[in-house]
Amino acid sequence: MDVIANQLFAGLSMASILLMIALGLAIIYGAMGVINLAHGEFVMLGAYAAWALQTYVGIGILLALPFVFISVAVVGWIVEKVVVQNLYHRPLDTILATWGIGIILQQTVRLGVGAESRFVKGPDILTGNTEIGPLIMSNYRLFVIVFSIAVLAATWMLMTRTEFGMKLRAVIQNRGISECYGIEAKRIYSITFAYGAGLAGIAGALITPLFSTIPTMGTGLVVDAFLVVIVGGLGSLIGSAAASVLIGEATAIFSIVINDTLGRIAVLAGIILLIRFRPRGLFPTETRR
Amino acid sequence: MKRRDFLGSLGAVGTTGMLSTPALLSSASRAFAQGNDIPVGLLFSLTGAVAVVESTLHDAALMAIEEINAAGGVHGRQLRPIIEDPASDPATYADRARRLMIRDKCVSVFGSYTSASRQAVLPVTEQRKNLYWYPTLYEGRECSRNVMYGGAVPNQQQDDLIPWAIENFGPRFYMIGNNYVYPKEENNYCKTLLEQYGGEVVNEEYVPLGHSDFSSVINRIRAEKPDVIFATVVGDSDVAFARQYHAAELDPSKMPVVSLTRSEVEVKAIGGEAAAGHFSSAPYFMGHATPENEKFVEAYKSRYGGDQVTHFVSEAAYFQVYQFKAALEKLDPANITPETIRDAAVGLRLNAPQGEILVDENLHTHLWPKIGQWQANGQAEVLVESKERIAPKPYAAYEGQTCTGQGLVKA
Repeated sequence: MDVIANQLFAGLSMASILLMIALGLAIIYGAMGVINLAHGEFVMLGAYAAWALQTYVGIGILLALPFVFISVAVVGWIVEKVVVQNLYHRPLDTILATWGIGIILQQTVRLGVGAESRFVKGPDILTGNTEIGPLIMSNYRLFVIVFSIAVLAATWMLMTRTEFGMKLRAVIQNRGISECYGIEAKRIYSITFAYGAGLAGIAGALITPLFSTIPTMGTGLVVDAFLVVIVGGLGSLIGSAAASVLIGEATAIFSIVINDTLGRIAVLAGIILLIRFRPRGLFPTETRR
Repeated sequence: MKRRDFLGSLGAVGTTGMLSTPALLSSASRAFAQGNDIPVGLLFSLTGAVAVVESTLHDAALMAIEEINAAGGVHGRQLRPIIEDPASDPATYADRARRLMIRDKCVSVFGSYTSASRQAVLPVTEQRKNLYWYPTLYEGRECSRNVMYGGAVPNQQQDDLIPWAIENFGPRFYMIGNNYVYPKEENNYCKTLLEQYGGEVVNEEYVPLGHSDFSSVINRIRAEKPDVIFATVVGDSDVAFARQYHAAELDPSKMPVVSLTRSEVEVKAIGGEAAAGHFSSAPYFMGHATPENEKFVEAYKSRYGGDQVTHFVSEAAYFQVYQFKAALEKLDPANITPETIRDAAVGLRLNAPQGEILVDENLHTHLWPKIGQWQANGQAEVLVESKERIAPKPYAAYEGQTCTGQGLVKA
């Protein structure tokens, strides 16, 4: 029983990390239809930004988060302006272009910062565990869970309760018509891409105290992010949240029942089955394209 | 660009190309014809996934070569390092090894960190009857006459470690490793030792290479309450494992992680605080107090930077070059071939940073295993030092099989 409770928490913690990584992608891929294979590298840049701020400026991860968000968003904005913007009519080419950008970012960090794993210290106030009976929860993981829910809520508000969100949804539904109504679709897309990249950067900064910070760290993460977005359904924030909880918990349960290696296989097999019967994911958004 | 300009620049490129090619060829053949230096290959990845560790091996080996050259070389001849970058890809290792052995006529090649890359080079070095110097600790179960093994095999890392861990912490072992050959072979040997000393395995678990979320593993450890975590997790996985283990506040004094793979490199990334209190078994630690080691560490730091660390594989990459040099010195300069070097190296004693080592006739190395406890400053304090040099038994876990000077002998 203790094991199951702890494992459910572990699944939730995995889900929160998945959600943080996938949210930016859900917006970029879901809203704009750009298959952004450089997303993992945005996560990596966030991790390195957190490392640089801690090592050279001396501010901890929590305080660094806004700076990380801004700096990675700027990188995303530049990438969108220079490359992605020219490829909206050729969605398949964006795969190749963003893949290339990913490699460039990865090798730049490798050459500039070095290939070895970097050490980022976790925040002192979040060390230790909270224990409720047999359930032992790492404070830092609890914080990531709460934070990811907050980011999800903020993104949801942005999409549904602000003028910017309304414009974005209009552009998603029909770019031509919304431009007729005076919405500057180009600008909306740039901001959306930058926002998605910034979210990826925050995710990267948040996982540094748990994972190893290396130039290739994004490669595996982008796969997980795509799984979440595809299972959740394109463009659906609620779908992404549900899918990350589903995948996180399934990974946790399978890994305790079988083991981590077979558990991973079981999760992937489950996703294939799910896609077979719900090809548009759990919560597909109804839009005309 | 106008067509004429384009043709002009094309012509210029073509001419330089033609000019430079014969120049390259002639310099190469002249160097070999003069025969006043000894070509040695360095085959460590400088790019790609394993470059993190392999570049340090490259640095250590290159430093040894240059030290030898600065001291006058061997019989007055300089060692000429020929550097290839196999880019972390096993097939490229085989290709570049072939190039070094055939085109560059290297009498020895130093290289590799992973078992996969060593096994890719193995058929090449055996076919060319060359000599491949492999510095890494590995899982054993190999007995080539064309590979010089400088790292520890399972019996050298575990024979002292397992009884010590049982005595100090208890008999219940939890095995965690990455899912590939090295952890499985080490665990295999560990199980035979546990049987012998009355220990038991509470769980044996493998995670995929590069696995980074250990919360399930940590929950299982918490539920099982083992006495010792026997870890063969490598690279980034080990960094993630150690950090999450620390974040979960599992106490190293009650449930220590005893690792065969964690070195100064990993500890630097883990952070001293999270690594402190856990143990590693290795023949070398950076803080080991011998004059040879002080010289090695100082030279390494002054060359590559004060924040660099030396570790149990870079030490072997360094001393293997000196073993090579000592073997050359025993030989008649007119009769240097990979096979004569190999035969001269057998039985050779050398004061390495870890202590006086000896090359066994099975081409593995007799080493000085140590058990170190990591400190918050990122260095290990050596708690147990083997009383004698331990002989390498690459087939220790397989009864009836022995690696000898004639190759593998099956009873």
